[in-house]
Amino acid sequence: MFIIKCPYCGERDHSEFSYGGEAHLIRPKQPTELSDDQWAEYLFMRKNIKGLQYERWNHSHGCRRWFNAARDTSNDKIHSVYKIGEKSSK
Amino acid sequence: MTNEYRLSSGGQINRSESISFKFNGKTLYGYKGDTLASALLANGIHLVGRSFKYHRPRGILTSGVEEPNALVQIIKDKGKTDPNLRATQIEIYEGLNTTSQNSWPSVNFDLGSINNLFSPIIPAGFYYKTFMWPANLWENVYEYFIRKAAGLGKSPTKKDPDIYDHCYYHCEVLIVGAGPAGLVAAKTAINSGKKVLLVDERPNFGGNLNFSNKDYNKINQLAPLEWIKKTCLELQKNKNIKILSRTSVAAYHNYNYLIMIQNLTDHLPDKDKKEKIRQRLWKVRAKKVILATGSIERPMIFDCNDRPGIMLSSAVRKYANTYSVKCGNNISIFTNNDDAYETAITLHNKGVKVKSIIDIREKSDGTLPKKCNELGIKIHWKSAVIYTEGYKKINKIHVMRLSKDNTNVVGNKLKIDCDLLCVSGGYTPAVHLFTQSGGKLDYNEKKHYFFPKKNTLSQISVGSCNGTFGLKNIILEAQEKTREFLDIKETEQFNVLESEGGVFENIWLIPSSKISGKTKSFVDYQNDSTANDIKLALREGFKSIEHVKRYTTTGMATDQGKISNMHALGIISEITNTKLGELGTTTFRPPYSPITFGALVGRNVGQFFDITRKTPMHDWQEKNNAKFEDVGQWKRAWYYPSGNENMYDAVQRESKAARTKAGILDASTLGKIDIQGSDASEFLNRVYTNAWSKLAIGKCRYGLMLNEDGMVYDDGVTTRLSENHYIMTTTTGGAATVMGKLEDFLQTEWPELKVYLTSVTDHFATVSVCGPHSKKILEKVTQNIDYSDSNFPHMSFKNGLVDKIKCRVMRISFTGELSYEINVQANYGQSVWEKCMAAGKEYGITPYGTEAMHLLRAEKGFIIVGQETDGTVTPVDLQMDWIVSKKKYDFIGKRSLYRSDTMREDRKQYVGLLTNDPKEILEEGAQIVAEVKNKPPMDMIGHVTSSYYSPNLNKSIALAVVKNGKKLKGKKLYVPMPNKTIEVIVSDTIFLDKEGKRLNA
Ligand SMILES: [Zn+2]
Repeated sequence: MFIIKCPYCGERDHSEFSYGGEAHLIRPKQPTELSDDQWAEYLFMRKNIKGLQYERWNHSHGCRRWFNAARDTSNDKIHSVYKIGEKSSK
Repeated sequence: MTNEYRLSSGGQINRSESISFKFNGKTLYGYKGDTLASALLANGIHLVGRSFKYHRPRGILTSGVEEPNALVQIIKDKGKTDPNLRATQIEIYEGLNTTSQNSWPSVNFDLGSINNLFSPIIPAGFYYKTFMWPANLWENVYEYFIRKAAGLGKSPTKKDPDIYDHCYYHCEVLIVGAGPAGLVAAKTAINSGKKVLLVDERPNFGGNLNFSNKDYNKINQLAPLEWIKKTCLELQKNKNIKILSRTSVAAYHNYNYLIMIQNLTDHLPDKDKKEKIRQRLWKVRAKKVILATGSIERPMIFDCNDRPGIMLSSAVRKYANTYSVKCGNNISIFTNNDDAYETAITLHNKGVKVKSIIDIREKSDGTLPKKCNELGIKIHWKSAVIYTEGYKKINKIHVMRLSKDNTNVVGNKLKIDCDLLCVSGGYTPAVHLFTQSGGKLDYNEKKHYFFPKKNTLSQISVGSCNGTFGLKNIILEAQEKTREFLDIKETEQFNVLESEGGVFENIWLIPSSKISGKTKSFVDYQNDSTANDIKLALREGFKSIEHVKRYTTTGMATDQGKISNMHALGIISEITNTKLGELGTTTFRPPYSPITFGALVGRNVGQFFDITRKTPMHDWQEKNNAKFEDVGQWKRAWYYPSGNENMYDAVQRESKAARTKAGILDASTLGKIDIQGSDASEFLNRVYTNAWSKLAIGKCRYGLMLNEDGMVYDDGVTTRLSENHYIMTTTTGGAATVMGKLEDFLQTEWPELKVYLTSVTDHFATVSVCGPHSKKILEKVTQNIDYSDSNFPHMSFKNGLVDKIKCRVMRISFTGELSYEINVQANYGQSVWEKCMAAGKEYGITPYGTEAMHLLRAEKGFIIVGQETDGTVTPVDLQMDWIVSKKKYDFIGKRSLYRSDTMREDRKQYVGLLTNDPKEILEEGAQIVAEVKNKPPMDMIGHVTSSYYSPNLNKSIALAVVKNGKKLKGKKLYVPMPNKTIEVIVSDTIFLDKEGKRLNA
C-alpha cells in the first residue's frame, strides 16, 4: 500500500513495483575461490532487519528499472530512493 | 398495522409511507426511514436470534454497526441470499424478506438451547479440548454439527447477479465520520480551498447528535437536528467537498490508503435495484486524514446480562428520538455515568414510564440526574443489577447495594419488574481505523479507555474517537485541531449549550451474590463467552491477551469485539492485577465491518477475472475442434479429437502421425527474447551453463539456465542471427520471469555489458512441423531456402520467404523427429499455418497439441522444466553433465554445483521407469519405494514425473526422479498405489532412437 518514488518516473503506487530483497549484496567476482561457507553467506544469509533496511526494488510495471530504497521495515516509511551504483542519502 | 410500540408523533420516519416486510415468514409493517431493528421493536419484537454456543435467546442490543446479536439473513431470489447482516443497519424497503440466523428449527423453539442446560460442560477452550482427536472425525462429524448448531448464516448457492464497482479516488483531506466532530472538521476544512471528501457509514449525518435531547444540547442557539440540517446544506453548496453517505471505511492502510465500501442500492425496493450498481469499493489516497469515528457505548457485565429487552441506553434513546419507537413500557436503567439520564428524561418526556435508575456511583452532581430527581424517577445510588429474570424477554431485575470498594454486594435483594433494561457502561473511543493505520494507543487510567497516542501518518483524530467527550469539547477540539492540521486562519465562533456532567465511575465485572462460577455474565455476546471463560483461561495459564482472546474466542466473531473487547481486557487486568495500559490491546484488523465478496471482486468476474492470451492460430484451432489447456494465461491447443475420439485416443493418433507422417504444432507461446549488443555472446556465456562464444552465425544451441543456487530454472534454444544478434527462446511459463532475471543481472551485476533485451514473444508466431515428410512440406511452403542437409543441418537457421512474407526457419527438434520451426510476424501466423496444412495434406499432416508434444518428448527423454524439475534439481541430477561447461570461469549457479550438498552422490536423479506389464501406465506424482511394507509409512525414494503409453513403442513409459537413481539402472522398485503395488524396472531416460537417426530421416 506504499507510494514509492521511482528515481526515473517519480511517485507511483506500490502495485507497479516488485520487491528484490536486500540491497548492496555484491556478487563475488571469483566464486570458485570461495569456501562453501563463504558462498552460502552470499547466497542464503540475509539480515532481515527490523528498522532501516536497504533494499532493491524494480519498477516492473513501469520503466522496468532497478533501484534501491532505504525503508524502515517497522513502519514501511521509505526514507530515500537512489539509483543502482549510488549511495543512500540516509 | 399494529406498531403498538410506535410513539404517536416525532421521529425522522415518514409516516405517510408504510412499508411491508417479512421477518421469519411473518409479514410486518414499518415506515420509510426505519431500520429492520427499529421496525421490529415498533412491533414489540426483541427476540431475533439464538446465541452461538448455548442457544440462549438474544435480542437487539444496539442501534448500529456494533450490533452483536441481531444478525439476519436477507432472502432474495432462489439461491440468492445475504448472510450476517446487522438488523440495526438494514434500511427496510417494500418486499424485504429476512430470517433470524443461528436458530434451528426456529427462533422461538430452538433445539440447540439444550446446550444451555449443559453449559458447565462448554467452558472456554471446549472446542479445542473436545475436538482434538481423532482428527478424521473433524471432517465428517464435528464440523457438520458445529456449523449447523452455530448457524452463522447460509451462503448463496447461485452466482451473484449483482453489479459491483471499483473506484480510485484522490483527495487532499478525507474526513471519516459525519457526527458533530466530523461536521465541524468539514465546515472548517472547506475554508482551506483543499479538495475534501467526507464519508459516513449511516444514511443520515449528525451521529449521536441526531438523537440528542434538544433541551440540553444546542449549537449556536439551534436544536441538534436544525444545526445538522443547516450544516449539511452549507457543505453541500461548497464545491471543494464531496460527500458520501452509506459509505463505511473498511480498511486504513499505510500511506493514507483507505478502502471504503459504499452501499448504493441495498436500501431500495427490488424494482428500483434493477440494472444498478449495488455497491462501490473506493480505493482512496488521501494527503491528510481526519478521523471522527466517534465512540461505542459499553454494556455492563453482570449475571444474565444477555436477555432480550436489555439494550444500550444510547440505542434506546436513538430508537425513541429517531424512529419514534419505545423499546418498552416499564423501564429501568443501569448506569455508571450521566449520559443514561438523558435517555431517562427523553423517555419520560415521551410519556414512557421510567421506573428506576440503578447507578453504581455514590452520587452525581450533574444537571441530568438532578432533573430525573425532579421528575420523580427513583434513583438507586451505589447499587447494581446483579441478576435478571425472564426467558425470551426480561421481566425482572435483582438489585443490591454495592460494598464500599465495589467488590461485593450487600444488604437486601430488591426485585423490580420491568420489560426493558437500559444499560450504560460509558463510551469507548472507536480507535479501530487509527490502529489499523499503525497508530499506537495510550490508556487513560481515570477514564478507562484507550485513546490515540502516536501515528507517523499525516492524520489526526478528533472528537470522541480521540477520547474527547461532551458536545462542547468535541466541537471545539474538532475545530481547533482541523485548523492547525490544515493551516487555516479564519474560524467560526461556536456557542454550545450542554448539560453539566457528573464523574464517570467504572466496574468491569459487576459483583454477584452468587458464588463465582455460577454466574453467566456475558462479555462477548456474539461468540457467547463469559467472564468465567476468561477466568478459566487465566487459571489454565494463558497470560497474553492475544492467547486469552483465541482460547475463549472473545472478540473473534464478525463484530471483532466492538462491544466486548474493553470488558475482556478490564477483567483480565483486574484478575492478573496488571495495569490495563501495560496489558495492551488486541489488534483490530480490516475490515471494520464485514464486506461482500462481490464488492472486493468488482468487475473482475467471468472473462475479466484474468487475462487470456491467445496465439495467432487460435481461431483455426477452435474451428478444428481443438481442446485447450491453460498454460499460465495462455490458451494452448491440448489435443484435436476427431469425431467421437476421447483424449487418450486423440493423443495416441497424433503422436503416431508425428513420427510416421508429419505433425504440426503451434509453438507461438514459447517465450522469445531478442538479444543484441557487442557483449551478447559474453552475456549468454554468463547466463547459460554451456559455452556460447564459439556458436557460429546461423547456428542454434540448446541452453540450460540455473538459479544462483544451482537449480535448473529454465531451458530453450537460442539462435545466433548475426554477429551481435541472438534470439532466445524460453519455456512458455518462464517467459516473463526469465526476462526479468536477465534484466536484473544486466542492470545490477553487469552494467558494463553492452546488451539490449527486448521481449518479442507476442511479435512472432511459430509453426513447428515435424516428421519424415516435414522437409517436403517446408520446401513447398517456403521460398529461397535450400533444405539439403549440407546447407541446412540440424541446429541451424535460415532466412526465407513464405510468398512475400519474411520468415526465419530453425531446424530444431523437441520430438526427436526431423523438425522445422517457421517464425513469422505474428499476424501472418494463421495464414502460414494454413499453408502448411494445405501443403502437408498429401502427406497426412496432423495437427497435434501439447499433450502429444509431451508424450513425444518423453519418448526421447527430454525434460520439461517444472515437470521433471521442481527447483531442487541440478543439471547433474538430470544426468545432463554434458551441458555444464567445466572450462567457463563462471556462470549463474556454477559455484553452487560444487557445494557439498549438490555434489552428494545419492541425490534424487533423473531416470526412466518401465512397468512389468507394458499396458500398465503409472500415475504421475506416484511415490516410489525400494521396499514395500504392509502399510504406510514407507521410505519414499522418489516420484514419477511423467508417464504415458507410447504408441510408437507399444508400451508404457515413465520418467522419474529417484534417490541414487544413476546407480539403480536395471533394479526393481515399487510404486505402491491404494489397491495394488506396481513393480517397475529402472531404465535409461531415452526410450526411442538413442542414436538420434530420426533427426536426419
Ligand atoms: Zn520507473
